[in-house]
This record gives sequence, C-alpha cells and structure tokens, in this order.
Amino acid sequence: MAVKLPIYMDNHATTPVDPRVVEAMLPYFTEKFGNAASRNHSFGWAGEEAVENARAQVALLIGATPKEIIFTSGATESDNLMIKGVAEMYREKGNHIITQAIEHKAVLDTCKRLEKYGYEVTYLPVQRDGRVDPEDVRKAITPKTILITIMYANNEIGIINPMTEIGKIAKEHGIIFAVDGVQAVGKIPVDVQKDNIDLLAISGHKIYGPKGVGALYVRRRNPRVQLSAIIDGGGHERGMRSGTLNVTGIIGLGKACEIAQQEMPEESKRMRALRDRLRAGLEAKLDEVYINGSIEHRLPNNLNMSFAYVEGESLLMGINDVAVSSGSACTSATLEPSYVLKALGVGEDLAHTSIRFGLGRFNTEEEVDYVTDKMVQVVTKLRELSPLYEMAKEGIDISKMKWQTA
Amino acid sequence: MAYSDKVVDHYNNPRNVGSLSKEDPNVGTGLVGAPECGDVMKLQMKINPDTKIIEEAKFKTFGCGSAIASSSLATEWVKGRTVEEALSIKNTDIVRELSLPPVKIHCSVLAEDAIKAAIGDWKKKHGVEVPVAEKASH
Repeated sequence: MAVKLPIYMDNHATTPVDPRVVEAMLPYFTEKFGNAASRNHSFGWAGEEAVENARAQVALLIGATPKEIIFTSGATESDNLMIKGVAEMYREKGNHIITQAIEHKAVLDTCKRLEKYGYEVTYLPVQRDGRVDPEDVRKAITPKTILITIMYANNEIGIINPMTEIGKIAKEHGIIFAVDGVQAVGKIPVDVQKDNIDLLAISGHKIYGPKGVGALYVRRRNPRVQLSAIIDGGGHERGMRSGTLNVTGIIGLGKACEIAQQEMPEESKRMRALRDRLRAGLEAKLDEVYINGSIEHRLPNNLNMSFAYVEGESLLMGINDVAVSSGSACTSATLEPSYVLKALGVGEDLAHTSIRFGLGRFNTEEEVDYVTDKMVQVVTKLRELSPLYEMAKEGIDISKMKWQTA
Repeated sequence: MAYSDKVVDHYNNPRNVGSLSKEDPNVGTGLVGAPECGDVMKLQMKINPDTKIIEEAKFKTFGCGSAIASSSLATEWVKGRTVEEALSIKNTDIVRELSLPPVKIHCSVLAEDAIKAAIGDWKKKHGVEVPVAEKASH
C-alpha cells in the first residue's frame, strides 16, 4: 500500500488536533460563544459549564481535583507561572531553586531571569542516560531552597526522570516540587499524588488538542501551594491567571485529556511497537547508529538516534517528505548543536548527526517502514559523500585528528 | 529553511564525488572544517605540473546541504582552470551562484578555504613556498 506523503513524525513538536476534539470545540465558536465569566445570562453559563467539565477532565488524567487546575495560554506560560509564582510568593523563605541541565527553555530561561533578580539556581547535571540522579537533588538542597523543578520527560530524547524518588525527597524537605509535564501527560500515566507533585505544567497541542491552551495543576491540600500571579487583571482562575478564558481551547484540552485517559493503555503499546519497529529496522540496515538517552526509561513514542558521519540537516534535506527534527546546529536558530545532547556527554560531532523521531496517534506501520527505507537510503548516500566515513573506514580515529577550527 | 534550486540540484546530483590518491605527487588535498562544527570538506585536485591546469577535482563533504553544494560547485569551477585562476575564486562568487542565505555564508568560506588548502598542499609537494594560513575573507 502506498503511503500518503509527506509523513508527519515530529509529534514532540506538536500534534494534529484529534477530530473528536475539533467536534467538541465547534459549537463553542458560534452558538455557545459566551464568556465563561458572564454570570448573569445563559450564554455565560454554557461557557462556564463547559470549562468546568474540561477542568474535571484534565484533573482526572493526572489524579487531581478539578479545583486544582487552572487554565493558561500554554505550557510556556504554565512553566513561567509555576516558577516565578513560587519564587515571588516564597521569597521570604528562601531564594534557592534546583533544576537541571536539560529542562525545556521555558524553564531554563525563566530560572536565568530569576538569577538576575537575586535568586540562586542550581542546574544539576544529568547522567549519561539523560536522567537526573535523585541523590544529586538531595545533595543540592540548602536551607534556602524553595523550589525543585524537574521535567517529567524530555522533549528531545524522551527520557523519563525518576519522579517518584525526586518527589519523595522534595516532600521530606518540605520543598515545593514543580514539574514540566508537557511530554509525559497523556502519553504515560502521571499521578500527582503518587509522585508528590505540587505543580504540573500541561500543554494542549502536544496531546492532540489545540495550540494556545495549557493548564497548570496547583496543589490545594497537603500542602496548599500558593502562587503570585504573573498576569494581573480581572482575577480569573482564582486570581492566579487573569484574562478571559479561552473557552474553545479549554474544551479542546479537556476533550484531549479525556481521550488520552481512555486510550492510553492501548495507544502506548501501539506507539512502543512502532518505535521498536523503526529502531530495529534502522539498526538492522545501518552500522554506527547510536540511541541518545535511556532506552528503558523512555517515552514509548520517542526515538533519538545519531547517524555517525552524516550531518543532520543534510539528512533532513534528503528525507524531505518526512517531518522529523535534528539536534544539528544548522537546524537551530543559535547555530549551536543541541544543549540536551551535549549535557548527556554526546560528542558534538555525534550531536550534529542526531535525528529525533516523534511517533504519534496517526502514524502507521507502513509509514514507519517508509521512513526506515528512506533513512537507510539517504544515510548510505550521504556516507558515500562523507570524508569522515571514509576516514573511519580507513581506520583513522577522527577524534584524535587535529582539525582546523574557526 | 527553503533551499535555492541550485543547492537542491547539487545536493541531489553532487558533481565529482570521490577521492584521488593522496600519494600521487600531482594531487593536492585540502581538508578543512571540523566534525564538532558540523562541517568537514575534503577537496582534491590533480594538477598538471607543466601547464598548471587542474585536470581532475574530487570532493567529499560532511555538512549541511549548502556545504555539500558549495564544495560540489567548487570542483566544477576549478576543473579545467589553472591554479592561479582557481585561487581567484572568492567565497562571495559561490554565495551568489547558489543564492546562499547569510547563515550559510560560512559554507562558502569553507569551500574557498578548501580550494586554497588543496592547492597549498600541491605546491608544498612541488617545493613551492606557500605563505602560511592563506584564509578566505569572510
């Protein structure tokens, strides 16, 4: 069977909206367009009711109660709010924050900004497999520590951090535990009670919901977490996030969470099977390919591989009917190779050769096979073109050569 | 990023891919760039010692599409030219020909460096003094 091109396999960047989600949203653009904050007419009530339903759907997915969910414009805002909100609220208690090297920029850059305002931030290194060592977290705690913020799963390499262990350490020390859950929520079971998570950032568009909507879980009991708002105004979302609610977006996020909850057991199995098929196919036909990050503790839909001696952007160019992404410098705005791979200790030469495959709900076996064949074909062609591959085959150790660097 | 048609053409049909014998006294080899920078070009030329004409040129490149295209174009341009003519090729000529965007200018610089390095290597083999670090202007 011929596959339909182009193939989308970049589901860590974004996902298509599930048609069932679109269907749930549609009436709220036209007929039921009310402002959820309008308390005195039926248009407002309809909006409010739908928002409260969505709140319950999000809460259910992560083991929270509806009142603990507030809606935002997306996970970047949620990350900003949870970190800045805690930093300001608990300033009297301390000024130290613990995070780690391969967080998303929404967390890292927020922490960097706080450093300018007198906060101290510890950026923990990660282990070779990309995961944080919980003991490192424990050792970094000082009497001034007010926040530990560690991502659930990484967006580039898909590794899953030891959340239960880290949550336990945070709890023991009475420190707030804030988690960027963007890649994990909806893909693997996430339970804020089990992992002692106090704040959890969620995105709509990574889980087949719409862009421009996200949520933040804010623990209300044991302990009750308070946040300073970063957006002031009409006092929506219990004062933590002012601004008229994005009713359609919120309904979409809620529906996406409901679907994820119901289909996760089956879907995660299917993702894993597709990912393993892709990996096996590539490893069977290509030598010198390396998986970046832990295999065992990994999202079922992620594969991040380095294809030695072949630069990532040229690889993407060769598979231009397949949408994936690369850790190569040439594909980033900064001309630096992936800071995530660098933190893992992946050599810069191999970082330039990495490709991230993000499988999703709508990918098929046929697509995986097409991508495998295409990758093999292009890598083989580019290796024929690569002076490094030639040198390696001649037995020259590239890492020991003296290169003329700019 | 959108690539120009010429970059795509060189990427899909790279000219003069391959290697010449480094041991051949008439072959000059230029190896420039570094793996950790994401670009390595190897450019080789077989030069007639009497006429100083570049009779053969081969390349291999590790790098993005623009780097591959720049080196592929360089082999096309130097073939059949004299050493002096080849040395007059500027990176800006490559930028213009391939319509490279600003972020890809370093690819053209590397190609110019590769031409100079290959000719420098050939000259060294023939006992011609080469001024050190002849580098392309950025």
